[in-house]
Amino acid sequence: MRDALVLVPALPLAGFLILFLSMGALKRGAVAWIGVGSVGLALVAAVVAATGFWRHGAAPYTQTLYTWLSVAAFVPRVRFYLDGLSLVAMGVVTGVGFLIHLYSAEFMIDDEGYSRFFAYMNLFVAAMLILVLADNLLLLLLGWEGVGLASYLLIGFWYGESLNGLAARKAFIMTRLGDVAFVIGLLVLFNRLGTLNIQDLVRNAQAVWVPGSFWPTLAGALLLGGALGKSAQLPLQTWLPDAMAGPTPVSALIHAATMVTAGVYLVARLHGLYALAPAIERLIAVIGAVTLLLSAFAALVQSDIKRVLAYSTMSQIGYMFLANGVGAWSAAIFHFMIHAFFKALLFLAAGAVIQALHDEHDIGRMGGLRRQMPFTFWSFLIGGAALSAFPFITAGFYSKDLILWDAFASPLGGPAFWAAGLLGAFLTGLYTFRLIIRVFLGPAKSKIGRRPGWLMAVPIGVLALLSVVGGLLNIPSLFGGGAQFTHFLAQVLPAQALRPGVRAIEPDLETAAIGASLGGIFLAFLLFLHAPQWVEKVKSTVAGAALARWWGAGWGFDRLYEGVVARAYAGWARANRDDFVDAGVDGVVEGNRLLHQLLRWTQTGHVRWYAMAIALGAMGWFWLAVLS
Amino acid sequence: MASVLSEGLAVSALLFAIGLVGLLARRNVIMVLVAIEIMLNAAGLAFIVAGARWGQADGQIMFILILALAAAEVSVGLALVLQMDRRHATLDVDALSDLKG
Amino acid sequence: MIALWLIVIMLVGGIAAWLVAPLHRHASAWVAIAALATDFALALGLAVGPARTAAVTRIGAFFVNVAFPWIPRFGISFHLAMDGLSLVMILLTLFLGLVSVLVSWREITERIGFFHFNLLWTMAGVLGVFLAVDLFLFAFFWEVMLVPMYFIIALWGHEHRIVAAIKFFIFTQVSGLIMMVAIVGLVLAHWRATGTLTFDYFALLGTPLSRSAATWLMLGFLAAFLVKLPAVPFHTWLPDAHTEAPTAGSVILAGVLLKTGAYGLLRFVFPLFPDAAFRFAPIAMALGVVGILYGAVQAFGQTDLKRLVAYTSVSHLGFVLLGVFAWNELALQGAVTQMIAHGLSTGALFALAGLLQERIHTREMPRMGGFWAMAPRMGAMGLFFAIASLGLPGLGNFIGEFLVLLGAYQANAWLAAIAAFGLVASAAYALLLVQRVFHGPRRPELALPDLAPRELAVLGAMLVFLVWIGVYPQSLVDTVRPAILGMQHLVVSPPLLGRRG
Repeated sequence: MRDALVLVPALPLAGFLILFLSMGALKRGAVAWIGVGSVGLALVAAVVAATGFWRHGAAPYTQTLYTWLSVAAFVPRVRFYLDGLSLVAMGVVTGVGFLIHLYSAEFMIDDEGYSRFFAYMNLFVAAMLILVLADNLLLLLLGWEGVGLASYLLIGFWYGESLNGLAARKAFIMTRLGDVAFVIGLLVLFNRLGTLNIQDLVRNAQAVWVPGSFWPTLAGALLLGGALGKSAQLPLQTWLPDAMAGPTPVSALIHAATMVTAGVYLVARLHGLYALAPAIERLIAVIGAVTLLLSAFAALVQSDIKRVLAYSTMSQIGYMFLANGVGAWSAAIFHFMIHAFFKALLFLAAGAVIQALHDEHDIGRMGGLRRQMPFTFWSFLIGGAALSAFPFITAGFYSKDLILWDAFASPLGGPAFWAAGLLGAFLTGLYTFRLIIRVFLGPAKSKIGRRPGWLMAVPIGVLALLSVVGGLLNIPSLFGGGAQFTHFLAQVLPAQALRPGVRAIEPDLETAAIGASLGGIFLAFLLFLHAPQWVEKVKSTVAGAALARWWGAGWGFDRLYEGVVARAYAGWARANRDDFVDAGVDGVVEGNRLLHQLLRWTQTGHVRWYAMAIALGAMGWFWLAVLS
Repeated sequence: MASVLSEGLAVSALLFAIGLVGLLARRNVIMVLVAIEIMLNAAGLAFIVAGARWGQADGQIMFILILALAAAEVSVGLALVLQMDRRHATLDVDALSDLKG
Repeated sequence: MIALWLIVIMLVGGIAAWLVAPLHRHASAWVAIAALATDFALALGLAVGPARTAAVTRIGAFFVNVAFPWIPRFGISFHLAMDGLSLVMILLTLFLGLVSVLVSWREITERIGFFHFNLLWTMAGVLGVFLAVDLFLFAFFWEVMLVPMYFIIALWGHEHRIVAAIKFFIFTQVSGLIMMVAIVGLVLAHWRATGTLTFDYFALLGTPLSRSAATWLMLGFLAAFLVKLPAVPFHTWLPDAHTEAPTAGSVILAGVLLKTGAYGLLRFVFPLFPDAAFRFAPIAMALGVVGILYGAVQAFGQTDLKRLVAYTSVSHLGFVLLGVFAWNELALQGAVTQMIAHGLSTGALFALAGLLQERIHTREMPRMGGFWAMAPRMGAMGLFFAIASLGLPGLGNFIGEFLVLLGAYQANAWLAAIAAFGLVASAAYALLLVQRVFHGPRRPELALPDLAPRELAVLGAMLVFLVWIGVYPQSLVDTVRPAILGMQHLVVSPPLLGRRG
């Protein structure tokens, strides 16, 4: 049964190939069956493989397809590795992926690129599954770049608009910048440890490297570069808000649920390596904390519904990085899973809203949709509540709470990380409910067009359910739960040791976390529903307006990167279009031409002149030869 | 006998100089050809004188070679003169400078 | 004998193609296809036959070896030999030859017979270069491939073809003459040392040379190969020649002729002058890295589609140079893989540029855009080859680049790390190409028919090969391995030579 593993990435890949080779010749119905069906079957295969995995006592399972390459000592294989961690990731990718495909079958129905859309989406799912199942880093890199390509293709899906193309290229190139570090990291690892197989590599690393020494620190930092780019963390984060140019299901699947969390997965997958590099762990935690705060502030002032969600995604991934950084690997993966549920839900519901309002993205022109779209409203509310970690009933509460606890209690954590997370939780409640209030409450501002049909409603409903019950998987012992998810992953991701004495203040920390989340939600109602004039007043001051602009532009990173780095690169390339090296070659040519001009006057064309020259020359030689 | 040599060579040199001056000074192409002829004969005379001085036939053989050369040169030269007259209607060498660089 | 036949078929086929031209518009093309296909079949027969069992011996891993006396007085013989490296290069050459004929189907309308004659004679020259193991013969073929190529550019090229053709000719000719001088120098040195006058490669291996003599002679060989490769700063003939050449010329130039430079480095520079080559390696590797980055930045700045693709060649061949001078098995396999993959991906991009120019009569990218909507098949192909050339894993170029980086890291970690930044720069130009040509708003004023079945088949075949090399590179690696091991054996083991410091 575990042999079904290979089918999990193979089926979406087959779907991609069929749709690609048909070159748009298939009817929409057939396209939907192939596009959605391939991912649905992959989900079935994943379930079968998972069942087999359970039957064998959850022992790690490897399935080798063939030897990719064998040169000298470098023998990467096309081989999949299934353990608790990749099982969770595989489940999220196929499960959430299937739901989003189902949703897209209706959402994209009027698009002329229907077949192309599903081809790209299937390619994405296949690459993402290769990424999570890869047993060596080279195969992982294949999936890693494959999802980057699919992301590029789907952000620029509506290619008629040049800005979409720009956003797509920005996403690809910025993540590729991180990938350069990643590739150099692979070079270092292979050269030092002699393998790129993840399990062997971690084992070798632990055998030969002293914790905190140079090589694990270097390798960890380089691989982190790739993770930062993919997961849109500082300083490679600016591509994600622009990536919202793609169709909404794409934002849900790629830029919320799966691909952007690949960096989290990578760090967790290589946790044995990162355990040898405490400096890098601390760096990961700091980057996570800073990103989660900066993007939460940026989310506060966005006016595009999808950009709010994009910044919140960055912020939530910041939480996951924070968790990874303090060594709470399983907490990061738990949040990765729960975030996939509720963020996909939010994006899909937002897509329904956008479609109902005829492609309107500006929340300033929305409002009062609660009555017109009740189903969408309640689903969005559940998603928003989960995002804001609304206590006890939402899954987001349990996953975020776990991170906050570990940020405080872990030996690598501390009050500062905890405080950053707490402030982030407060801001999350604030911006999430600002969004909900602006979109769904207040007076209605426009007529709505199409309401979601059942193909769109079912995925939204299922995800809403998951956003609630997902938390049951991992209720901490403080609330009387069994923390099953953490225990399940403990085989792969070791449980975290606690700092001494923190257990005693756990109830206080929980209270603070609940307070932060509820406080943010309360403040949102106060500021955006009951007393909006206060916000306006702050915004009308010079400082307030400047701050809003600064945050709105994502803290101005774009201006730095695009205005300085990208412009310098493009400027130099344009200025040197004619290649200054060629000017050197032309210089040789010019020199010859000059010489030619000099000698040219001797060629008068007059025979007598030549005769004179011959005579004088002969006399000159005669003089030299005989007389001197 | 020594004086024959030096006098002969002196005549030869004189002839050569006359030919050279003619070559450089005259613009009429026929006169240029005549000047070249004079120079060739100057060289021939030098061979004859030298051959007489050493009592060898080599000088005379070389003179015959020069005669043959001169004949060939005149025939090609006169053909060129005819072409020149036909195409450019002039015999002035300075009028022709198509090979100017 | 088969090695000789490969060349003779090209030469005879060329003359036949010229002669049959008056019979029918496509008569020459069919003759050319027949000749190339015959050769390809012969080479393929070798690939599945003797190449599988090639043994690594003291002098390499040659499985075809044929020699006739030619000018015995000077020790010159008509000596051809083939190992796995020559074989894959020959397969690439013949495949791209077929591609060139097929993409010129409609483009070439004048002097069709003479065109195919030149094409096949260029092929003959290239095959000779890949097969010759007599240095005089090698230099002879080096010139043979040059002259017909000059005619192809100068007669069927675009606006500035004459300048481009002359530039190409002078760069190659001058550097080739320097190589000829070095060959004579080497032969004389061997004569002085042993008393036998010979141009034979196997005899000249291990010729004792003083340190400075070896360096100077190696530089003479390098001149020809680095210009041909091309390495920055000797690359400036390339954008002009590639841009002005007709489509077939660009495909052959990029896909095949550049590879002769890399082949020369592998076959001659290292085995003949191991110590000097190792001393020079850091400089050459640095040149390779400069080429990778400089070529990519230059490609980004171009507005002419073919010029852009031409500069990507500089970038890709930088990886080859880096890999060759790293001289370990990983890097060498990477360099060879990169050569094959570059031949296919860049060849296909030139073919696409040619097909576009045939349709819209311009190469200027600002005048393109939105072609996906009009010609989705062409768009899909353009996208595929663009992402192949940015080195996406799963396609051939990635295997080449990654192996080169792995190997180069062992030789010089810093240079390998800097070279890795080529991955970003290549993404920048490749995606810019896709954006400018295929994406963006529709251009209703332009009529753009999509790919015809013939064109689709040609590009599809190249696509399949690139995926094959990316997904299962082992077949290529196994064919080349004995040759690489043989060459490494030559370089490290001769007793006269010191080991690498």
